[in-house]
Amino acid sequence: MSGANKTGVTIDIRHLSKVWRDKAGKETAAVDGVSFTAEAGKFTVLLGPSGCGKSTTLRLIAGLEAASDGGILIDGKDMTRRPPTDRGIAMVFQSYALFPHLNVEENILFGLKVRKVPPVERAVRLRRVAELLGLQELLDRKPNQLSGGQQQRVALGRAIIAEKPICLMDEPLSNLDAKLRHEMRVELRALQQKLGLTMVYVTHDQAEAISMADRIVVMNGGRIEQVGTPTDIYDRPASAFTARFIGTPPMNLIELKRGLRGWTIPGTDAPLPLAIDPAQGDTALLGVRPEDIRRDPSGIEAVVEAVEYLGADNLVDCRLGEAVLTARLPRHAGMKPGDRLRLGWGDEAMHLFNSVNGERLPLTGQGSAPTPKHDAAKQMASS
Amino acid sequence: MMGRREWIHGWLLLSPALILLFAFTHYPAVVTFWASFFSTPRGKRSAKFVGLENYQTLLTDDKFWQVLYNNLLYAGITIPVSVALALIMALFVNSKLHGRGFVRMTYFAPTVLPLIAVANIWLFFYTPGFGFIDQVRGLWGAGEANWLGNPDTVLGALMVVAVWKEAGFFMIFYLAALQTIPPSLREAAAIEGSSRWTFFRRVTFPLLMPTTLFVSVNAVINSFRLVDHIFVMTEGGPDNASSLLLYYIYEAGFKFWDTAHAATATIALLVLLSVLAIGQFFLVDRKVHYR
Repeated sequence: MSGANKTGVTIDIRHLSKVWRDKAGKETAAVDGVSFTAEAGKFTVLLGPSGCGKSTTLRLIAGLEAASDGGILIDGKDMTRRPPTDRGIAMVFQSYALFPHLNVEENILFGLKVRKVPPVERAVRLRRVAELLGLQELLDRKPNQLSGGQQQRVALGRAIIAEKPICLMDEPLSNLDAKLRHEMRVELRALQQKLGLTMVYVTHDQAEAISMADRIVVMNGGRIEQVGTPTDIYDRPASAFTARFIGTPPMNLIELKRGLRGWTIPGTDAPLPLAIDPAQGDTALLGVRPEDIRRDPSGIEAVVEAVEYLGADNLVDCRLGEAVLTARLPRHAGMKPGDRLRLGWGDEAMHLFNSVNGERLPLTGQGSAPTPKHDAAKQMASS
Repeated sequence: MMGRREWIHGWLLLSPALILLFAFTHYPAVVTFWASFFSTPRGKRSAKFVGLENYQTLLTDDKFWQVLYNNLLYAGITIPVSVALALIMALFVNSKLHGRGFVRMTYFAPTVLPLIAVANIWLFFYTPGFGFIDQVRGLWGAGEANWLGNPDTVLGALMVVAVWKEAGFFMIFYLAALQTIPPSLREAAAIEGSSRWTFFRRVTFPLLMPTTLFVSVNAVINSFRLVDHIFVMTEGGPDNASSLLLYYIYEAGFKFWDTAHAATATIALLVLLSVLAIGQFFLVDRKVHYR
């Protein structure tokens, strides 16, 4: 394929919306003003919980649904109202959508026959694709004689034989078992890089997204929560939603209250070394990833509530005042419920979010104990 | 001991169906076959063995050949037309359209009506002069036509009724089959750039083949079995132009009381039907993809 396949093309999504109208005339926005760019030759993942509009976005890009508003630019050309064929895309469906009455070869060649590609070229391309995906032995089987992984490969073969610059995938691995899914992840990523495809990949599995993507678009409720590289999204989540959605176990989010001496976890008295713009109100959410929590003799006192043994590590649920948070601690720490310990975390491990709208708040004044200046301001305010 | 009791239970459970099947299907079939080699008993003369004489009589009966020709013509036209129409209607009501439920019901309604009622409705349509069809024709100044009284048009008129009645029934099977085809197949084909016609020819139609086989076997059987509308509309006339095999058998058996002749014609019908049905299965079955 390498020779025939130039690098992929860029997809620009601008203020894209899709509104469904039910019989009563009530409108629901499945996709609500979404904008992002899937760069040429890059692996872009649309990630979000079910019903967040990621699949609808993909179907809008494919041209299987008509956009209610906004635009789709592929390689700089407006494709918003064009049929799927004109868009230069191939697609792999969640259910694979193999034609059950056709064998593997006929399934893979379906598109080429439709487009009247000459038989000689068809044979050459088929051989290349079959070799690439290890399908040589299976060409005369029917889909119902194939395993899930093999069906997946055939669907992939049908997509890449078209030699389109863009490949769209709608949860292609969700029907496979865990081991196969892991293998296919690696394979898909390698294939995408080898062919230089622009890949747009939909999944609800954050581990899949983080391990494969160049860029992740996190979606929730039809809107984009954050766009960034896997590291951006893991290390600097832009919202409380993203923070909770990415990572297993998810990030701990603790409600903080502004007290007389500074910001504290309710039920504890030691103030945290934080300074937050007073305009943000008197509550905020503190996010700390379980793996960033460690035992710290000078930390906050906590009581172990439950221990989940994971092998290399333990997940320890600890109570700090009114809050419960999960810490990933080394297994030799030997924790059991009822134990008392002190926990701490680095300043850079703290993420702050607005407790009302979940937006990320800037961290200021970190690295020091509660500032006297702040205390003074607080006292002045209360006097 | 246990084995023996299970054996008895087995037969007891089977017996209701077995008795009905034997009493009303197998026994009559065998008796009919047997009777086709005997003369018709009349008064004091009881039936006597005549060998193949009945078959000779049947094959030299011009009326039999005319009826057979009528029936083959009737089957040859109503089957393809009603199956094709059923498929078209099913594709239509399977698509997104307003009032889909109403259209589906309308298409299916003729199937629910008793054939006698259907025949009466069409009898009114075909009435010369003031029937529905003539009134519509009258708008363009066309004269009266006696559709059922003219030997050239009567069989065609009956075929229209049969198609009208059968197509809606077959549509239900096609509709059910269409709804098992996942929409993602259409989308996958659309992305590959296939036109609607290509998709139908290469995907939908092959996937409907099991239904087509089932429906066409049924259509063949029905086309040799439908007689109700002949009773109501034409009684086989004029000049046997609308008589079909089963009506011919009925006339022989219960109008002229020539039971031997009726039995012989029944055997001829059975042979014809089994050849057609077996042929359909053997020829078509290997081309059918079953999911």
